[in-house]
Amino acid sequence: MTARIDARFAKARAEGRAALVTYVMAGDPDPETSLDVLRALPKAGADIVELGLPFTDPMADGPAIQAAGLRALKAGQTTAKTLDLVRRFRAEDADTPVILMGYFNPIYQYGVPRFLADAKAAGVDGMIVVDLPPEEDAELCLPALEAGLAFIRLATPTTDDRRLPAVLANTAGFVYYVSITGITGAATPDFGKVASAVGRIKRHTDLPVVVGFGVKTGAHAAAIAEGADGVVVGSALVATLEASLQDGAATAETVQGVARLVRELAEGVRSAAKTPG
Amino acid sequence: MTAPQKPNSFRNGPDETGHFGMFGGRFVAETLMPNILELEAAYAAAKADPEFERELRAYAKHYVGRPSPLYYAERLTEHVRESAGPDKGAKIYLKRDELNHTGAHKVNNVLGQILLARRMGKKRIIAETGAGQHGVATATLCARFGLECIVYMGAVDVERQKPNVFRMEMLGATVVPCHSGSKTLKDAMNEALRDWVTNVETTFYCIGTVAGPHPYPGMVRDFQCVIGDEVRWQMQEAEGRLPDSLIAAIGGGSNAIGLFHPFLDDESVAIYGVEAAGRGVETGEHAASIAGGKPGVLHGNRTYLLMNDDGQITDAHSISAGLDYPGIGPEHSWLADVGRVTYLSARDDEALAAFQMMSKLEGIIPALEPAHAIAKAVEIAAEQPRDHLMVVNLCGRGDKDIFTVAEHLRGGL
Repeated sequence: MTARIDARFAKARAEGRAALVTYVMAGDPDPETSLDVLRALPKAGADIVELGLPFTDPMADGPAIQAAGLRALKAGQTTAKTLDLVRRFRAEDADTPVILMGYFNPIYQYGVPRFLADAKAAGVDGMIVVDLPPEEDAELCLPALEAGLAFIRLATPTTDDRRLPAVLANTAGFVYYVSITGITGAATPDFGKVASAVGRIKRHTDLPVVVGFGVKTGAHAAAIAEGADGVVVGSALVATLEASLQDGAATAETVQGVARLVRELAEGVRSAAKTPG
Repeated sequence: MTAPQKPNSFRNGPDETGHFGMFGGRFVAETLMPNILELEAAYAAAKADPEFERELRAYAKHYVGRPSPLYYAERLTEHVRESAGPDKGAKIYLKRDELNHTGAHKVNNVLGQILLARRMGKKRIIAETGAGQHGVATATLCARFGLECIVYMGAVDVERQKPNVFRMEMLGATVVPCHSGSKTLKDAMNEALRDWVTNVETTFYCIGTVAGPHPYPGMVRDFQCVIGDEVRWQMQEAEGRLPDSLIAAIGGGSNAIGLFHPFLDDESVAIYGVEAAGRGVETGEHAASIAGGKPGVLHGNRTYLLMNDDGQITDAHSISAGLDYPGIGPEHSWLADVGRVTYLSARDDEALAAFQMMSKLEGIIPALEPAHAIAKAVEIAAEQPRDHLMVVNLCGRGDKDIFTVAEHLRGGL
């Protein structure tokens, strides 16, 4: 079920480094540019791509991703179009795992069984749904596992040892540690605290642990990569994309700017002194 | 979809996972989950503690001014009877929750939550507000108990509810205008949730209505049930029996559920909730989630929501900022599906007419929110016999709305 994801983490491990996970919003700033951005990510050094499902009310996201979602929606992005984007990407790239990340309502309206079947057929590997904690596993997590798609859970600084087993119970592929209590793109985390939190989670699971929220530069990525199996960067890429737009439209810099930052981040994870283990 | 089975009691919800039938639940980010479980445990402990109940009752009496009167609206009743058929025209009572300290029912809930926050040792309180009534109530009780208060309010609402913004500031609260989305109540709630995710360890989120993740819908309802509990004995005192019908306006639905819930198992009592139809449900510019929406997930719960086919939440519209929300409390969604409560809707122009009628006939300037209920109440009352006892929840006073109403009637004050 998680073959593509497992292979990518194995490859990074063999190279003695953490994996780079990059997030962009599907359909931002328009469907065609979005596909070009997506194609550029692995070429610039991303190991895994996360694709945001736009939602009008992203309650755990900061201003950069909020704005990206609204740009995508304004350009006519829908769940069906996002799955089509994955299909087109997958036709050219059989190996890079694609993880969808978003909120439950658009999936719920698409219809859970239909969504899982179409996502699987499009070449999606897993999903992160922010507003589905373990208490709501019956909604999507369990059906997803049954359909052969990974349901990747967020663990946070407030997830204590008592709660961690419940959070890890039905998770697959990897665990996403949210480095701060906060929204995406906010404060830069305390790297020392993150390292000890990753160590704590690793005592509970053999799954790779990736860290995201507040990672903006190659240096941040390098610092996180010392202890974690992967580093997620989202808001910084989305903000870079936003800065390249002219009157809301893509420019030559849109794909280039995102690719440049991904290369910097990829160098960051490769330069990190990896803690053995 | 098959109709849900009629339960033995309509008053047992939510279940232990926070559901009313298929509605409700806990659809929140993991960061908040431990806090929500802590809140659930703290509320259960408070509910079982007679000292909490005693404290709540004492402040409700001496600080809020409860019980609020149940008042026979004689001239409104006569007005209905003048144009009704022979022997028609129900006897209309008003539950005067606009006489509470801070001018609306919102304070009933805030008092309960702030006393709970104190028990939990939380010193920083956040709230979302639409019309500003919940924000004012929260700012008031934070001032009373020396707590830090931050109120999130859509930028559009900040503009149309200026008196309440000033009130909150006088009370020492920080009002944060929200510029995302439609810049109304929904966006204020998004921002409040973002604050909570960021400051979860120190902060108590005082939600203003019967929505949000479990335990909020049930907890806020419990604090508002004082309205219906009082109506029960007050009507007994006035008429020696139960009312025949209850009517209340619904945005999130807290004043309505507070009136309805104590009567849900009294089969003889007909119950009507009135949503805001804005410019008309058929125009798409409205805030009637049950009449014009479908079940979806937003702000921590599954409930009827206004959205497009792709599950994107659409903007609500109502002349009343307090009803301008694309959702409704999950218990109302369930009560609609099981058929215990009848949900109607009133347009902006109907609410405006009722606002003026109530002011001139009874000397009571109602808020635009209950004006929606009054608009439908007079229609229903005209069809009932004269011995029919109707209770309308007058959940807020209209001082805050005079600018909006003046704007609509004559282009401004």
